[in-house]
Amino acid sequence: MRDDMNEGEVKISIRNLYKIFGNDPKAALQHVRDGVAKPELLDQYGHVLGLQDINVDIRAGQITVIMGLSGSGKSTLIRHLNRLIDPTAGEVIVNGEDVLAYGERRLAELRQNTMSMVFQKFALLPHKTVLQNAGMARRVKGEAGSAIDEDARKWLGRVGLDGYEGHYPAQLSGGMQQRVGIARALASDSEIMLMDEAFSALDPLIRTDMQDLLLELQRELHKTIVFITHDLDEALKLADHLVILKDGAVVQQGEPQDILLHPNDPYIIDFISDINRARVLRVRSVMETTTREGSGLAGEVDAHQNLESVIAISEGDTNLHYRVMEDGKQVGLLHMRDLVKALVPVEAADPARRVA
Amino acid sequence: MATYDGLFEALGLGDWCGGGATGGPMTMAELLARAQGGGTPDGAAEPAVPLLETPFPSLDALNQACGAIPRSRDMTRGVEQGFLAIKDPLKVVLDPITQPLSWMLDLSLEAFQAIPWFIMIPLLIAIAWFSTKKAGVTLLVAFSFLFMAFINYYDDAIQTLSIIFVCTIIAVLLGVPVGIAMSRSNALQRSVIPVLDMLQTLPTFVYLVPLIFLFSVTESKLYGIAIILYAIVPVIRLTDLGIRLVDKDVIEAADAFGMSSRQKLWGVQIPLALPNIMAGVNQTIMMSLAMVVIASLVSAPGLGVKVLAGIRNLELGVGLVAGFCIVLLAVLLDRSTKAALGRIDASDRG
Repeated sequence: MRDDMNEGEVKISIRNLYKIFGNDPKAALQHVRDGVAKPELLDQYGHVLGLQDINVDIRAGQITVIMGLSGSGKSTLIRHLNRLIDPTAGEVIVNGEDVLAYGERRLAELRQNTMSMVFQKFALLPHKTVLQNAGMARRVKGEAGSAIDEDARKWLGRVGLDGYEGHYPAQLSGGMQQRVGIARALASDSEIMLMDEAFSALDPLIRTDMQDLLLELQRELHKTIVFITHDLDEALKLADHLVILKDGAVVQQGEPQDILLHPNDPYIIDFISDINRARVLRVRSVMETTTREGSGLAGEVDAHQNLESVIAISEGDTNLHYRVMEDGKQVGLLHMRDLVKALVPVEAADPARRVA
Repeated sequence: MATYDGLFEALGLGDWCGGGATGGPMTMAELLARAQGGGTPDGAAEPAVPLLETPFPSLDALNQACGAIPRSRDMTRGVEQGFLAIKDPLKVVLDPITQPLSWMLDLSLEAFQAIPWFIMIPLLIAIAWFSTKKAGVTLLVAFSFLFMAFINYYDDAIQTLSIIFVCTIIAVLLGVPVGIAMSRSNALQRSVIPVLDMLQTLPTFVYLVPLIFLFSVTESKLYGIAIILYAIVPVIRLTDLGIRLVDKDVIEAADAFGMSSRQKLWGVQIPLALPNIMAGVNQTIMMSLAMVVIASLVSAPGLGVKVLAGIRNLELGVGLVAGFCIVLLAVLLDRSTKAALGRIDASDRG
């Protein structure tokens, strides 16, 4: 599922986006363009630099994960996509149209038809039943009738909430409430789903369940998903395209495996130093891409296997070589020595890779 | 000679002042002072005022030295004249607007009194039961009205209830929209809150003073307006507060799904603010009950008249029993609206 995604068309394009909070953001913007950094802007001019020159392409059918610690501006960024927050400067282009030029009506249409959103704190309507909540998006559009309930019931079933239609949100657990949130977003039938720390408020086991549910739904629905998180494991699990934010600027973006192997910033190196690389890295990221017949091969592995499973097969022998297969064809060779080297966290790669 | 003569002389205003105190009626205080001190005949030299007894340079004290400066009583008369001057134009505008209030109050009084007791009491009990579904509250309502009927205070209680009924409905009809408007505009909120503060802190009797000038005491709208002005405050405040307190996340979700501001208001904000709005309605009912007693000074019928009679004629028993009936009415109104409110809250959460 991950491989042919890079060819997906660009669905949302964020260009030179700036957001400055304060009394006179336009004036402050000029200071920022003149090279004033975030701390000085706050000290000397009393303005907060929310986002700084963001350029991201979000491709159709992919999960784009925007990761950063709290205060990095990730929640601000996602709210620019459906204009819950208006930028100070820059462009947000959705399906080829600049949404910043939209008037009130076009904006409402965009929010009703093109984008749906899932929230960290669920934000369900507490006075409506689960079924009414799930059908909310279509009712907002002005549709009426039993078709909405039927549709809502279908999506509730799809997220595993059969039989809870008549309950009120407060009667459900956090995980179940967020399932309603997801059903509500899916029922709006929009191509783009914005998920703002959707699983951050859930406890770890439930969070894993929800991540699996999201991936399972995505395999079937191929939505364009923008997912915000502060959790690197979650980001690596879900992302087709990973954007790392720090202090309102993009530090690095790209394929998650690539970022893991070639981090270009001390901040990211710090970040990724604690994760279990063997479980996250895949064979295809560390293999030698070739079609030549290797000699003395110990067997075949799949390109999408993680390194942990290959280590298990090899029983820890670093002298082995494997043929890497994808869809029944050879795509490369895996040398166990490379695999072991890849498990050591890398120092910052060449500065040419820097994005920000 | 007065204390401040020297001041006006020094400023060269002696001519403008045209001598000492103007003629005209003396105040009682002046008369008393004259009588006590044996009096110094006008024009005779007064003994020098000791430093410690130097009067504050108030209107009256300055007038002693300079006749051109008005006395305190001239000032209050000026206010009165000003008020009388705008009274007529104001009446032309206010009279037609408020006339329906008189009709409603009179009509409601007639209707409440026209219904015979053997229909009215069961009706009230039934309303209590269906709105609260609580046996205790229903029993309280039943007991209270049967008791008041038994001791011959039923008619007064029903009149009071009728006035509260009309005034509360109008206060809610006016107050909720004002509260909604306030919640949506900070500028409006800033300008309305001082008015609400004033309405709430003004001593209740002071309300009646300008109203008595504006309208005739025989008109029911006189006490209607007083009650509504006094009782409308909590429903406005709590509607505004309730809508502002609606969970920001839910509002954001409503925005994110493209709700129009009308959909948001009716579908999200008002339903979620309803417990607060209902608390405001409860307070409005209680405050109209408080005011309806005072309004009996300006001919509002009901239990208040009995209390007033108790004070005027020193009929201690009448006053106490009527006061007890008012307490009874207050308790049953409070309990039944709170119980009804509790049901609204509960049905939200299923």
